[in-house]
Amino acid sequence: MSAGALPATAVPAEPRGAWRHRMADRGIDRTLWLLLPAVIFVVALFVYPFLYGLSLSLTPNAGDTGIFSNYAKFFADSYYSSTIWLTLRLAIPATLFNTLASVPFAYWMRGRFPGKRAVTTMLVVPITLGTVLTAEGLLNFLGNAGWLNRFLMLIHVIDAPLKLTYNYWGVFLSLILSGFPFAFLLILSYTSGIDPTLERAASTLGASPWQRFMRITLPLLAPGLATTFSLAFVMAFSVFPSAMMLGNPHGEEHVIAIAAYEQAYTYYNYNYASAIAMVMGAVELLVIAAVQALRRTFYIGTTGGKGA
Amino acid sequence: MTEIIAPAKQFGELRLDGVGRSFGEANALTDLSLTIEQGEFIALLGPSGCGKSTALNCLAGLLPLTHGAIWQDDKRIDMTRPEKRGFGMVFQNYALFPHMSIRKNVAFGLEMRKTPSAEIKERVAEAIELVHLEDQATKLPGQLSGGQQQRVAIARAVVLRPPLVLMDEPLSNLDAKLRLEMRTQIRRLHQALDLTTVYVTHDQEEALSLADRLVVLRLGRVQQIGTPRELYSRPANAFVADFMGYRNLLKAQVTAVDGKRVVANVSGLEVHATAMGDLKVGDAIIVGVRPDDLKVVAPGGTSEGLLVDGMVEVVEYQGREMVAEVRLPNRLALTVRTDQDLRPGARISVAAEADRTLAFADDNTVTRVPDLGVTPVAVAGGAS
Repeated sequence: MSAGALPATAVPAEPRGAWRHRMADRGIDRTLWLLLPAVIFVVALFVYPFLYGLSLSLTPNAGDTGIFSNYAKFFADSYYSSTIWLTLRLAIPATLFNTLASVPFAYWMRGRFPGKRAVTTMLVVPITLGTVLTAEGLLNFLGNAGWLNRFLMLIHVIDAPLKLTYNYWGVFLSLILSGFPFAFLLILSYTSGIDPTLERAASTLGASPWQRFMRITLPLLAPGLATTFSLAFVMAFSVFPSAMMLGNPHGEEHVIAIAAYEQAYTYYNYNYASAIAMVMGAVELLVIAAVQALRRTFYIGTTGGKGA
Repeated sequence: MTEIIAPAKQFGELRLDGVGRSFGEANALTDLSLTIEQGEFIALLGPSGCGKSTALNCLAGLLPLTHGAIWQDDKRIDMTRPEKRGFGMVFQNYALFPHMSIRKNVAFGLEMRKTPSAEIKERVAEAIELVHLEDQATKLPGQLSGGQQQRVAIARAVVLRPPLVLMDEPLSNLDAKLRLEMRTQIRRLHQALDLTTVYVTHDQEEALSLADRLVVLRLGRVQQIGTPRELYSRPANAFVADFMGYRNLLKAQVTAVDGKRVVANVSGLEVHATAMGDLKVGDAIIVGVRPDDLKVVAPGGTSEGLLVDGMVEVVEYQGREMVAEVRLPNRLALTVRTDQDLRPGARISVAAEADRTLAFADDNTVTRVPDLGVTPVAVAGGAS
């Protein structure tokens, strides 16, 4: 210790353990060691792979020069750069729909009522099936000879089958089916976190049900909506199996995850594939940053309920 | 200062006619009939689960009735939705809108009523001034202390000049000192604005000090309705007596009846008491005496009501007075309030007048933990 270098008599000795107390004041003490397993986990499974991928993406392939050559190639090739737009036009509407459609359901289900568990289970089941099974089911259901088209033709709503598979709508519907339960569960936890007496108070002050929703519930729900949108968006943006099975994976539904997969496992160009993955991450970050910036404009804080 | 808010919207009377509310098989409130005059302060008093909050929510319209009707003068209002009733309500947890400033919270009800914005501004400023929160007007509720939040909740309710203000245990989340201050403020507001108020509480002291009339409830049923004085000096039954501070409630049996006077046998001790209701020889009764009505007397004294020797067991110092628990020879204990300086172990005599010693039919509504004190050994040790 540095104190040892000074004459012991000149300086009043610091009480034993004072340094430790000062550190503990700042939240640094032995209990921090409990973080170790989590730190190891995050470093091994996130930090290291991410940095490895980043370094791969900055490694030029034979014949290329410059550390950004993979990125330059991506943005120069419209077949690849267009994947950003093709993915966004699937992910953003699907996420918006999932988030917004969850609100009335969750609002209606925020209290206690008989059969709540049954309804929740029904709404949540698709999440347990996995994307591949959902996609296969949708292929059967939405196909030209599928139940939906046959039923609509039977009741003469349409004359020719609607084309709902191997195109945008197939992938979009699949994103909704698998994404809705996720968004719904999150929003439900946010709505049940809002103190129900707030609405009762508003009603005694003369607010109609619609005014109560718009003036009380919705503003308190806004931060939750932003978080739900962000998480649901990341899931939708990485769409892969349903785009392969229900879309046209080399045409209109050539999404960014497919592009990265092609480079990695068709052309074995890991460097290029890593660059695509980095672009994917950057786009997600940009969208989340935009949503969170929007969220700042709303009230952030306690919503009075137990779940808040 | 209070011109803009007061006078409250006038109505003649509000009549609850056999109001009841059941949840499935359970009756939370049964047959509540009560007429509230304009300007009156009514307290609904009872322990938790007695139906007092149910009654309040029924009045507010937050809970539909299952029986009876509510009339505002000659208009039946029990089917009217809460937002159309126009009653102000103050909630136990304040229920302030956390995302709105204090000013916005107070203005909310006026905005819902499409009040012109100039008037909103004026009335909100006045309501905030009324509860002395001018400095806090732009803050969010989360930045205020509990007492301040409570005042905002009150301002938010009274700014609408409601014909009736409903308060659901508004002080129960505050500490003792603040509770006393707020109690005075609520009473002052009530007087200044002539607000008709229905106030729910489980605190008898709060109810007695605030209300013009009290309604004591037990298991959803009215036990007694009356002025604080009536309830305090003439409780209708042992349950009300218990709530009104009759801390000494002793099981006994009637041995003789003479008009309103009864002679009771309290575990071998003979007591002369005043009968509350019809009692006859052999009836199981409860004899009730308030700690203040018990006097410490010189040994060998006489009393026409209750007189007993005992030993001081526990003494609580309460400023000007002491509260002492006195153990009787028959193992029962009496709580005495006195200004004499008592010490644990002292042998004293306590007496009460027969007028202040009340006898109620034992309807098994008062259940006290049988208090037999500490072991005799310890008592003997203290006496030495």
